[in-house]
Amino acid sequence: MSVERQDRTPLPAKAAQHVQVAREDVARQEKAPPRVRMSRKTREALAGYAFLSPWLVGLVGLTLGPMIYSLYLSFTRYNLLSPPQWRGLDNYRAMLHDPRFLHSVGVTLRYAIVVVPGILVVSLALAMVLNLGIRFLPFYRAAFYLPSLVGASVAVSLLWRQMFSSEGVFNAALAVFGIQGRTWIGDPQTALYTLMLLSIWTFGAPMIIFLAGLRQVPKELYEAAEVDGAGAVRRFFSVTLPMLSPLIFFNVLLTTVNALQAFTPAYVVSNGTGGPADSTLFYTLYLYQRGFTRLDMGYAAAMAWVLVVVLAIFTAVMFATARFWVHYGDER
Amino acid sequence: MSTSAPPARTPARALSPIFPKRPSRSRLVRGVARHILLILVLFLVLYPLLWMLSASFRPANQTFGTLGLWPSGFTLDNYRVGWNYGTLQFSKYFLNSLVISVLCILGNILSCSLAAYAFARLEFPFKRVLFAFVLGTLLLPYQATLVPQYVLFNHLAWINTILPLVVPKYLATDAFFVFLMVQFIRTLPRELEDAAKLDGCGHLGIFARIVVPLTIPAIGTTALFTFIRTWDDFLGPLLYLNDPNKWTVTVGLNGFLDTTGVSAFGPLFAMATLSIAPIVGFFLVAQRMLIEGVATTGIK
Repeated sequence: MSVERQDRTPLPAKAAQHVQVAREDVARQEKAPPRVRMSRKTREALAGYAFLSPWLVGLVGLTLGPMIYSLYLSFTRYNLLSPPQWRGLDNYRAMLHDPRFLHSVGVTLRYAIVVVPGILVVSLALAMVLNLGIRFLPFYRAAFYLPSLVGASVAVSLLWRQMFSSEGVFNAALAVFGIQGRTWIGDPQTALYTLMLLSIWTFGAPMIIFLAGLRQVPKELYEAAEVDGAGAVRRFFSVTLPMLSPLIFFNVLLTTVNALQAFTPAYVVSNGTGGPADSTLFYTLYLYQRGFTRLDMGYAAAMAWVLVVVLAIFTAVMFATARFWVHYGDER
Repeated sequence: MSTSAPPARTPARALSPIFPKRPSRSRLVRGVARHILLILVLFLVLYPLLWMLSASFRPANQTFGTLGLWPSGFTLDNYRVGWNYGTLQFSKYFLNSLVISVLCILGNILSCSLAAYAFARLEFPFKRVLFAFVLGTLLLPYQATLVPQYVLFNHLAWINTILPLVVPKYLATDAFFVFLMVQFIRTLPRELEDAAKLDGCGHLGIFARIVVPLTIPAIGTTALFTFIRTWDDFLGPLLYLNDPNKWTVTVGLNGFLDTTGVSAFGPLFAMATLSIAPIVGFFLVAQRMLIEGVATTGIK
């Protein structure tokens, strides 16, 4: 996960001078008496906190403080206009009996269950093809990444809305094959699938990560497997997958977290309603509606906390099970 | 291809895994076939974007339910009409988006690099605990602070200003970029800083004159991804900017849905194309940096 210095140009001339001066100084300093240690340490600590101060203000004022306040709000009824009223666990209890809440959980889970494996399979397959030693690799890599770059934008969501409407491009394509189309985005049966397709379309980032990983797999492993008589399928399952498992872990974690937080496409495609017939009512969209359309801040805060806890549990489970299926190079 | 391969004489099990050396001609054929296949897949993947580009130049009298990419007429009318469509004024929206993006980029670079320098190079009490918070907030969903931050900004009377979108960036709330820069600064050689220290340079001097210039690659990655995220952001402006004069491009685009029906596809796609043009443009210019950023950090 570390970033390397990308340019290998020599350090600035001025910096080089500093190095020279430093070497002479170190030589000189070895004879000099040591400075007072405490004061230097204190000064460094003060400098540290000075440098950190914007971040600290942000952490306390915009992250931790608000989260604690939101936990409090989740036990209240609050509409921004009159002060919060303590309601205990009412909001949490209401969730269990709120059909739209339960429905939004279902929609979001179905979405994630299709989208996460979909993105992983497509991105890994393309990364493997691109890793065959193909010419113009930078071109292909960049071009396949393009949808990732714009996929979450309002522009593409609007485009999707047109493409899968009754007079859209998708139906025109089906007509070429003589298939009768339908209003994909206006039909509760199919609307969610169009959003899943939109998400899988943005496979570029995981693909680039896999591609970088595939290039790190030592060639000897494949050669050894070949000598041992392993076919292409066997090599994939016994060499490629285990060697990529840290990246698979990483991509599963990221795509799942992203899928559970999806908002813009559903909002734009359904014009903020989550329709048709609540078929695209993502968790976050419902949270938005409760909090900012109906000004039910307490309920929205409770929903946010449920999401935080669920994501925390999911992340913890992922890390806890990692040692059973994630292989790091030095184990072998 | 299999017919051209000579029949194996030796026990098949032993030798078959090792690919026989193919003649270079079949190799060439295979290479070309691969490229044709890849280009087909690529065309399919990029088709929606190409279609949108073509639709933005299509004359108003043509239907938009066609597959073809080559318009039978070519017009810039959609751009002219879309730029001021009904009550929508895209000159304002682009300016607003630009101002917010530039302010956010500056904020993120400034605050994240300051914090990163402290974590990477300075010793102070509770450093480990505080750094754990950086890691802990990396995966924190934005929904966690959505409601209480709104309440806070409402209390400060910041609704309908750009402050809720910009000020958090000056307080390094994007933990990801702090983390990115910490990792980067840790890889820099310490000798330069030690030398500067002995020359009597303070921490601020070391930071500004030595660390920042050497951290340019990570700063560039931060700037680029901050730009993409801010420019694309929809929920933030939707929540905080209610006055149409303060809308950003994303909210303005969504406004097409509120004001009109199906008839305005031409101007809509013209503005949609314009709205992603800066992102695609930056991508083409800084492509290598962006791809390496993704490959090494997994940012999206």
